[in-house]
Amino acid sequence: MSHEAALHNHEGHESHGHDDHGHHEHHDTFLTKYVFSQDHKMIAKQFLITGMVWAVLGGLMSVLFRLQLGYPDASFPWLESILGKWAKGGQITPEAYYALVTTHGTVLVFFVLTAGLSGTFANFLIPLQVGARDMASPFMNMLSYWFFFTASIIMLSSLFVETGPFSGGWTAYPPLSALHDASPGSKTGMDLWIISMALFVVSSLLGGLNYIATILNMRTKGMSMTRLPLTIWALFFTAVLGVLSFPVLLSGLILLIFDRNFGTSFYLSDIYVNGVGALSNEGGSAILFQHLFWFLGHPEVYIILLPAMGMVSEIMSVNSRKPIFGYMAMLGSLFAIAILAFLVWAHHMFVTGLNPFLGSVFVLLTLLIAVPSAIKVFNWLTTLWRGNIRFTPGMLFAIGFVSLFISGGLTGIWLGNAALDIYLHDSYFVVAHFHIVMGVASMFGMFAGVYHWFPKMYGRYLNNSLGYIHFWITLAGAYLIFWPMHYQGLAGMPRRYFDFSIWESFKQFADLNRFISTVAMIVFAVQILFLINFFYSIFKGRKVTVLNPWESNTLEWTTPINPGHGNWPGEIPEVHRWPYDYGKDGHDFIPQTTPVGEDETETH
Amino acid sequence: MATEVKTKNKIHPQKMYLYVGLGSIVMMFAGLTSAYIVKKSQSNWLDFELPKVFFIATVVILLSSFTMQMAVKKAKEGLQNPYRGFLTVTAILGVAFMTLQYQGFMALQANNIALTGARSNSAASFLFVITFLHLLHVLGGVIALFGVRFKSLSAKNNTENTLPVELVSTYWHFVDILWIYLFVFLQWIG
Ligand code: HEM
Ligand SMILES: [Cu+2]
Repeated sequence: MSHEAALHNHEGHESHGHDDHGHHEHHDTFLTKYVFSQDHKMIAKQFLITGMVWAVLGGLMSVLFRLQLGYPDASFPWLESILGKWAKGGQITPEAYYALVTTHGTVLVFFVLTAGLSGTFANFLIPLQVGARDMASPFMNMLSYWFFFTASIIMLSSLFVETGPFSGGWTAYPPLSALHDASPGSKTGMDLWIISMALFVVSSLLGGLNYIATILNMRTKGMSMTRLPLTIWALFFTAVLGVLSFPVLLSGLILLIFDRNFGTSFYLSDIYVNGVGALSNEGGSAILFQHLFWFLGHPEVYIILLPAMGMVSEIMSVNSRKPIFGYMAMLGSLFAIAILAFLVWAHHMFVTGLNPFLGSVFVLLTLLIAVPSAIKVFNWLTTLWRGNIRFTPGMLFAIGFVSLFISGGLTGIWLGNAALDIYLHDSYFVVAHFHIVMGVASMFGMFAGVYHWFPKMYGRYLNNSLGYIHFWITLAGAYLIFWPMHYQGLAGMPRRYFDFSIWESFKQFADLNRFISTVAMIVFAVQILFLINFFYSIFKGRKVTVLNPWESNTLEWTTPINPGHGNWPGEIPEVHRWPYDYGKDGHDFIPQTTPVGEDETETH
Repeated sequence: MATEVKTKNKIHPQKMYLYVGLGSIVMMFAGLTSAYIVKKSQSNWLDFELPKVFFIATVVILLSSFTMQMAVKKAKEGLQNPYRGFLTVTAILGVAFMTLQYQGFMALQANNIALTGARSNSAASFLFVITFLHLLHVLGGVIALFGVRFKSLSAKNNTENTLPVELVSTYWHFVDILWIYLFVFLQWIG
């Protein structure tokens, strides 16, 4: 009898933990099982695979614009055959370049590293690790995915409209975003961008509310808040950040819609725009949008980072066979980061004419983030210290995450100083900073999570050798791509320029740019290798034969190898301890479900 | 079939879901009213009086909270007909509120204060966007009220389970309080 059949047998007399969740999955059809599924595990996989599709598309876009930056004078006839009029004569047009950069940023920040990351792991891990049969509202959870899916389709369709997708940068500042005639991408492309992002916000909210409600209210017996794995804590703060900051972005977008379509003057004033002429608007303030945007925008970067931090903590402890160092300090620093995330948004606006005295407050608050960040780094390193380390691919990516977080965090401290930032703002230094600390680091967190939980997701293993190749080339590549950008930024090279070869001061970087572009293509190719590994292993990977392959303490490994809807065939296990009893009292590991023994030393 | 949740005597997960959701709605309006304050401190701000109908609308929505509460009370006592009656009255008051708001917008425009369009000042546009978004939330509440109202007609879904009506009433009181905040803000603070 398969595990699923066993599970269904039980469902008749087992309660579900919440009442609106009947026993309708007895007769799963293809549609209810794989498409309109309300099972959190299936929804997680939907988020993961949609996120992967976007990662490939977004990555491909970066390859295309790196081609332009690396080879500004060359022409590639094949480009014209895929991009058509956007690459006349085999060279990307400036409009296409901006459209690519904008879509790359939007898609990677929101669709890959928010939906793809939180959507996947919050959905997958929260019910499994807190000991619940599903989310607080499985239906809303399903809606969350379908809102994301619709947002995706709309964003995708914007690539095919006559005037191209939005091209004013992922931050969508007005007037480029508010005036139809400001650029080709400001026309239909921007309408689709706004609709897509609004749907995306709804998706994030529906998801985030579920994550919070499930963590707070559906923990199994014995699972007190301080016995939660750090993954769950991180996902909890991520959801809180999202639920409190996405609505503010929505407000900003609503005002933008009014300015675009109903002639209001929230952001537009009587400026003169090239190609449009003098505007009839009066008194609007483009800076207002920046405030609303960055009030989300900064928490958003932590929405992207925190899940990675949580997974890294968990994976690191499991594979060092040691308790996580400083659990409460980890928790406290997550909390501090979450609070500070709301108080620093204006560090993106030091050059907007912000009052310097106000600016100095934001400098102080920004630099304070270094404290909890340093605590976390210290704790990860001490967790590794003298550990009995198993260098699985998941573990390597987790260690790589820490390396990247240190490298990128340090440059954050440069940028956090208004005096330095006035020079570095909008230069390649910023590009280097945020790609290392957010882009690549969170990608590493995501990879770590995929390698670590793949056996639970699909009942099979990923191929290890491919995993090692994937890790080493990606790590080396990430540093080779982004490290030199710091120097370019320090030399004054601005971001978002189409062609540096026409600038006397930046000609010196021609070779370096070509080098960066070449590495970018290699790294992209290696990600394809990962995808091959992923999809091949879903069907053909080595089968998992034991319940707990990593000898881990958390609850997800007490479920059957291929858990059905409802997760545990029998009762939900009770929890007796925290999840980090590794190497305790002579035991290599003690799962959370093991009752505390009589002569055990101090327990949590 | 006692559910694990209830035996643990915690807030029902769906109530928690709603509470956190209300938090995010608060943030949305906090964003808008903060933007309002920032904008007001800059040049070119038009000062004008709120139309009187907004006062009447405020009374109406306050009244609807009262009828909503009565509906919950009757539901808990298992009195089907008064329960449905109060639900209907609440929904009607909700519709009345929306109509009055609409008349408020009309009154402003009759006074030559454009809410949108080229002649508009962002003071009026803010008022419009904020109240209109609130109105959409009231509309959501009215739809939910009708949903519960009609669900209560089917036999198996009667008073035993008061969760849906409790959820709707929490939401309804929330949009009421939200309006009071916005009204006080627009009338006296903003
Ligand atoms: C010690 C910690 C950090 C500090 C002090 C810091 C500071 C800053 C500052 C001041 C800027 C603005 C630079 C400019 O535009 O001129 C910036 C940009 C940015 N940071 Fe950080 N940062 C830190 C960590 C992080 C982390 C952990 C992430 C993400 C996970 C992150 C993501 C970003 C992003 C995405 C941008 C650029 C957004 C854009 O303009 O497109 N930062 N950072
Ligand atoms: Cu920031």
